[in-house]
Amino acid sequence: MNQDIEARKQELLNQGYTEVYTKTKVLTDAVMHYCPGCGHGTTHRLVAEVIDEMGIQDNVVGVSPVGCSVLAYNYFDIDFQEAAHGRAPALATAVKRLNPDTFVFTYQGDGDLAAIGTAETIHACNRGENITMIFVNNGIYGMTGGQMAPTTLIGMKSATTPYGRRVDINGYPLRITELISTLPGTYYVTRQSVQTPAAVRKAKAAIRKAFENQKLKKGLSFVEILSNCNSGWKMTPVQANKWMEDNMMPNYPVGDIKVDGKLVENVDVARLAVDHPLSVMQ
Amino acid sequence: MAKELKLMKGNEAIARAMIASGTDGYFGYPITPQSEVMETLMAEKPWEETGMVVLQAESEMASINMVYGGAATGKKVATSSSSPGISLMQEGLTYLAGAEIPCLVVNVMRGGPGLGTIQPSQSDYFQSVKGGGHGDYQLYTLAPASVQEMYDFVFDAWDIAFKYRNPVLILSDGAIGQCMEKLYTRDYVPRWTEEERRKNAPWGTWGKPANRPHNIITSLELDSARQEVFNHKLQAKYAEMKEKEVRYEMLNCDDADYIFVAYGSSSRIAMKAMQMAREKGIKVGLFRLITLFPFPTKQLADVAKHVKGILCVEMSAGQMIEDVRLATECNVKTEHFGRFGGIIPTPTEVLEALENKIIK
Amino acid sequence: MAFKGQIVIDTERCKGCAVCLAACPVQCIALSKNVNGKGYNYTETVNDKCIGCASCAMVCPDGVISVYKIKC
Repeated sequence: MNQDIEARKQELLNQGYTEVYTKTKVLTDAVMHYCPGCGHGTTHRLVAEVIDEMGIQDNVVGVSPVGCSVLAYNYFDIDFQEAAHGRAPALATAVKRLNPDTFVFTYQGDGDLAAIGTAETIHACNRGENITMIFVNNGIYGMTGGQMAPTTLIGMKSATTPYGRRVDINGYPLRITELISTLPGTYYVTRQSVQTPAAVRKAKAAIRKAFENQKLKKGLSFVEILSNCNSGWKMTPVQANKWMEDNMMPNYPVGDIKVDGKLVENVDVARLAVDHPLSVMQ
Repeated sequence: MAKELKLMKGNEAIARAMIASGTDGYFGYPITPQSEVMETLMAEKPWEETGMVVLQAESEMASINMVYGGAATGKKVATSSSSPGISLMQEGLTYLAGAEIPCLVVNVMRGGPGLGTIQPSQSDYFQSVKGGGHGDYQLYTLAPASVQEMYDFVFDAWDIAFKYRNPVLILSDGAIGQCMEKLYTRDYVPRWTEEERRKNAPWGTWGKPANRPHNIITSLELDSARQEVFNHKLQAKYAEMKEKEVRYEMLNCDDADYIFVAYGSSSRIAMKAMQMAREKGIKVGLFRLITLFPFPTKQLADVAKHVKGILCVEMSAGQMIEDVRLATECNVKTEHFGRFGGIIPTPTEVLEALENKIIK
Repeated sequence: MAFKGQIVIDTERCKGCAVCLAACPVQCIALSKNVNGKGYNYTETVNDKCIGCASCAMVCPDGVISVYKIKC
C-alpha cells in the first residue's frame, strides 16, 4: 500500500470531498500480470466489487482456469481453487453441491471454457448447477501466445491461423453462449463487454444479477464478457477496444440472451446458434 | 447401522463403507466391473440419511475434477472407476497430488490395454505406483484381497488421506469387486461437523473468514526454485509414509524355502497354491502386499534372505516383480507368473509355475 | 448542480494502457512523459476540468484510479 496515495486520499476527504470510487478491498494489492488494457483486469474488478457489495467475501469460492487468468487467485482476497484446463465447472459443481450455501463462481477464458472444457461447461449448465460462470471471450489463446481459439473470427489472424481463420480448414467460430442458453438448466445468460464506462456499468449489473441468482437456486447464471486481447491482436489497447466493437460485436452481439429462465424475445438464438451469416473479416 | 454380519459384493462394500465412514461426497461415472458402487449409493440415498452427496458425472474427467473441487473444501470426497476410466483420471490425480488434496479413488481393475476386457486383471500396478500422471508424486495405494478389506480400507483411507494431505487409491480388481462374501459392517462414523471440517482441514476453501488469509488450492508454482522446495516437501511426505505406513501380511514365511509375493485376488490364489504345496511337502510361504505404495521393501528383503526363490503372482505380464527385485536387490531367484487380459490363474497353474520356474 | 472532481492515481501500478484517456469526457488526463518503476508512461491529471464522473476508474483494468468529488 502506497502511503503517499493514502495520505492524498485522506487529505481530499478532509477537504470535504466524497469518495466516488476506489479499488475494492476484495482485490488484493498484488499487481495483476495482465497486459496493459486487458479486459481481464476490469472483469476481475467487477466481480470483486460485486462480492464486496453483496458482503459475501467470507462465503464465496472462486475457481480459476488454465490460461491468462490462471493466477486469478492472487488477485482476489477470497478462497480460490485453480482447476486443470477446462475443468472449472466440474470443480465448481462439487464445491456447490457440498457447500450449497456458499457462493461459487468459475472464471474462464474462451479456450478453457469453449474448447477443452466444452463437456464440463455444457453439462454443468445442463444440470442447472446453482453457480455463476464468468466467461471472458477475447477470440484468442492469450497465455500461450495468440493461437486460434474456438471463438476466433473467420478471417482473423492468429499464431496458428497466420493467413486468417478459414471455415474450410478450421470450421466456424463457436457461439457457446447462445448454445448454452438453449439448455433448460441455465437461468440467466448474457453477453457484456467492458471497453467503455457504460459497458462496464451494464457488465457489473449483469454480474451482480448472476451472483444474486444463486440465492434463488433455479439454475446456472452465465455471463460472457467480450474483451480485447490487444497483445494477441497486435494493437494498442484503445485500438483493440475499437476493433472489438467493429468486429467482435457483430458476431457476438452484446445483451441479455436469457433472463429468469426465459429466452429474451427479440434475440433469435436459433439464428445465432445454427444459422451463421457470420461477418467475414478482410 | 451397527456392527452386523452381511453378505455382499465387493463393490457394494465400497459403497456402504463410504456411507458408514462419514464420506461427504461421491462423484462417479459408470464402467464395468465397478458400476455397483454408484448403483448402491443411488439406491441407498445416503443424502437422506447422512447428508452425503452422490452425483453421476458426465465423464471420468469430470468426476475426478469434482473430487478435486469438493475435496478442496476440506470434505471427504471419493470416486471409483475401472482401468480405462482411471486412465482418464490421471490428469486429475496428478493435480490432486500436486495440490495436496486428501481424497479417495477406487480402481476395480479390468484387463487392458485399451478398452481391453471387462474381466479382472492386475495390470494397472505401474499406473498406480509409478505415477500414471506427470510429475514426481505418489498415491497411497491399498490393495484389498477380500470384500471385508474393500469395506475396511475405505475407513483406513480417510485416516491416511487427511493425515498426509494426499490422495489414497484403493487398487482392487474385478474379482474382488464382483464376488460376494461375508462382511462385518461397522458402526457409522458421523460426517464431520462444520467445526470438525475447519479443524481437520484448515487449508480448505470454504469461504475466507476475516481472521485468516485466503486459502488457495493450486498446483501451479511458476518459480522453479520454489517448485523444487515444494517437491522436496512432497518427497519428505512420501518418505514418512514409507517409514510409518507400510502394510503387508506374511503367512508361513518363517520356515519357508520359497515364497509367493502377491496382492489382491492373486494373493488368494497364491494362498491356495501355498496350501497345495505344503500338502506335497514343499515349504512355501506367502508374502501379501497390502500397501503397494509404500512398498514393504525392508520387510520383503528380510524374508528373502532365508528363502531359495520367489514367485511373483500377479494378473499381469509382470509389473510388481520389478519392485520385488529392487527390494531383494536380485539376491534371490525371482520370477513372475501371471495370466492376463482378464484370465484368472488357477492355484494348480501357480504351483506348477513355482515348480517349473523356481524349484526346478 | 456542478461537481468538481479529483482523481488519485496509483502511478506505480498504472500500466499506461490509456483506456482511461479514451473514456474521459473532459480530457483532463494524459499519459505522463515520465515512466514509473515498471517503465510505463503512467496516467496523470493535466488540468482542473475533472468533474468526478469516475469514467476513468470504471474502465481502468488495474483499479489504480480513486475518484473524489465536491459540490461547487
